[in-house]
Amino acid sequence: MLGYIFRRLAEFLPVLFVIVSLSFFLMRLAPGGPFDQERALPEQVRANIEARYHLNEPLWRQYLQYLGEVARGDLGPSFRYPDRSVNELLGLGFPVSLTLGLCALAVALSLGGMAGVLAGLRRNSPFDYFTMSFALFGISVPNFVLGPILMLLFALWLRWLPVAGWGTWRHLVLPSVTLGMFYAAYVARLTRAGMLEVIHQDFIRTARAKGLREAAVVFRHALPGAVLPVVTYLGPASAAVLTGSVVVETIFSIPGVGRYFVSGALNRDYTMVLGTVVFYSVLLLAFNLVVDILYAYLDPRVQVR
Amino acid sequence: MSRRAPSAGTHCGPNGPHAMGAQAPEVAPDIPQSAIGHPLGVPHSRGSGASPWHDAFRRLRRNRLAVLGLAVLLTFVLAAIVAPWIAPFPFDKTDLRHGAKPPSRLHVLGTDELGRDLFTRILYGARISFAVGILATLVSLSIGVTYGCVAGYAGGRLDHLMMRIVDILYGLPFMFFVIILMVIFGRNILNLFVALGAVQWLTMARIVRGQVLSLKVREFVLSAQAVGASPLRLLVRHVLPNAVGPIVVYATLTVPAVMLEEAFLSFLGLGVQPPMASWGSLASEGAAAMEPYPWLILFPGMSLTVTLLSLNFFGDGLRDALDPQISFRH
Repeated sequence: MLGYIFRRLAEFLPVLFVIVSLSFFLMRLAPGGPFDQERALPEQVRANIEARYHLNEPLWRQYLQYLGEVARGDLGPSFRYPDRSVNELLGLGFPVSLTLGLCALAVALSLGGMAGVLAGLRRNSPFDYFTMSFALFGISVPNFVLGPILMLLFALWLRWLPVAGWGTWRHLVLPSVTLGMFYAAYVARLTRAGMLEVIHQDFIRTARAKGLREAAVVFRHALPGAVLPVVTYLGPASAAVLTGSVVVETIFSIPGVGRYFVSGALNRDYTMVLGTVVFYSVLLLAFNLVVDILYAYLDPRVQVR
Repeated sequence: MSRRAPSAGTHCGPNGPHAMGAQAPEVAPDIPQSAIGHPLGVPHSRGSGASPWHDAFRRLRRNRLAVLGLAVLLTFVLAAIVAPWIAPFPFDKTDLRHGAKPPSRLHVLGTDELGRDLFTRILYGARISFAVGILATLVSLSIGVTYGCVAGYAGGRLDHLMMRIVDILYGLPFMFFVIILMVIFGRNILNLFVALGAVQWLTMARIVRGQVLSLKVREFVLSAQAVGASPLRLLVRHVLPNAVGPIVVYATLTVPAVMLEEAFLSFLGLGVQPPMASWGSLASEGAAAMEPYPWLILFPGMSLTVTLLSLNFFGDGLRDALDPQISFRH
């Protein structure tokens, strides 16, 4: 097991190297720099700015410098907010994005898992049809449509929840539901399918035959097998939650990483964009490793080698 | 995007309710036995009765939701194609006197704040959304099929390496790379579909690779190999035609995924630029003005949702029809 983890960790390095290099050169290939829109700067000012961000040096030196900085965990200064470093901005935004993402995943897993188990147990019942139609709907409504509509309903018309912003738990409700709805729907479908597959197997019949209560049969025996596809889905889902949080943060004016990223992209803040991508890539690589280990733990048939 | 778990209900297997009644008896005797069991595994069914395609079509027709989805889609696509002729107003004609009006007889879906007819803008938005959906899917199709063919045909260590790369890419935040590409190469529609297609090929590559891996050891491929067919000819003439089913199914499911991503980017202002509009940018404008003028978010949002729903219905139905082995329904 330890050997497996080490090998996976060793694999991270080349992957990160490729990501950093690719994004770095793509960024520098772009026509026009981050300081172009500030119209016609005096020559000297421009030279000073470029010197400050080392933009006047040959590309390969900038590249090596950036690699060195990233290796030390320093993502450089932000082009857009001159007195802030990318690390500081990510440090400000990430706790917010993480809270939002975890709440969304919690919504997805609890709501989706519960709906999926019940629908799977009562196959072809009205409840099953209703849940699955609702899930199909949830998969098809984009979060940037759902978000504004929820906001319109619950914040602007009914005034139950704050419209936008960040701070209290009430601010969390609408964004989490918006972000988590798609995954709740998907998890419901996966769990239902998993449940249907497991529930007819012999060991479930044995569990029932020896007189266990239905709850014990479902939760102790069937559920661990039924959630395996959900666990596999966690890796891609968390990647997508991070991406989705970009749009949800924009809709609800939440000061998370996603908003820095979008404004960075719109303003050609190279270091910010690059830094976010590197940071999220590391995060997701690590998370996927955790998911794989969890999977091997849940499914004794899977042997990590 | 909406792929159900591939393992869903596999135990319904060949003897389940969806098993094809018309398999073995109709296969002409000169077709290798190994081709039986795959609905499209019969290269040219010369026997009497229904061809596998015909069979699949019949199953598809019986699925009401899929047919409904297809009908809605065809209507939308047709409307998008003929938009310049049926649109009641020019798509960028502003009319401040009739700005931000709710739906009326003149403007069936109302107007936006600049007085542009929303129905017209949604029609034109459909052109962009569908164009991006289809073209980006084609891009992803060509990358995915090529990659999958190479990996599956080469096998061994190269295959292992290539699939490991796909595994790793799966875990990365792809939309972020698309955004980088859009920032760098400019926010025009050509870049949009290349960028989207360039990140959507992973699942396709996996599916094709699996198909190639299992098909390349079949007798009809081996015999073609024995008479000296080149690898390219082998793949194009013998392997790929028999993998068309899964490829088509997955391509159908890629279209909604890509359309959603386009709308997502346009919503953030990183996709289609004004005065052009896609459903995503219409939703974005609508969201900005939704409190006083809710119809501006409702109608573009509904168009997008109904289209995605239809594509999902149709894609699922197509999968059930073409590949009864992985049928979901019980």
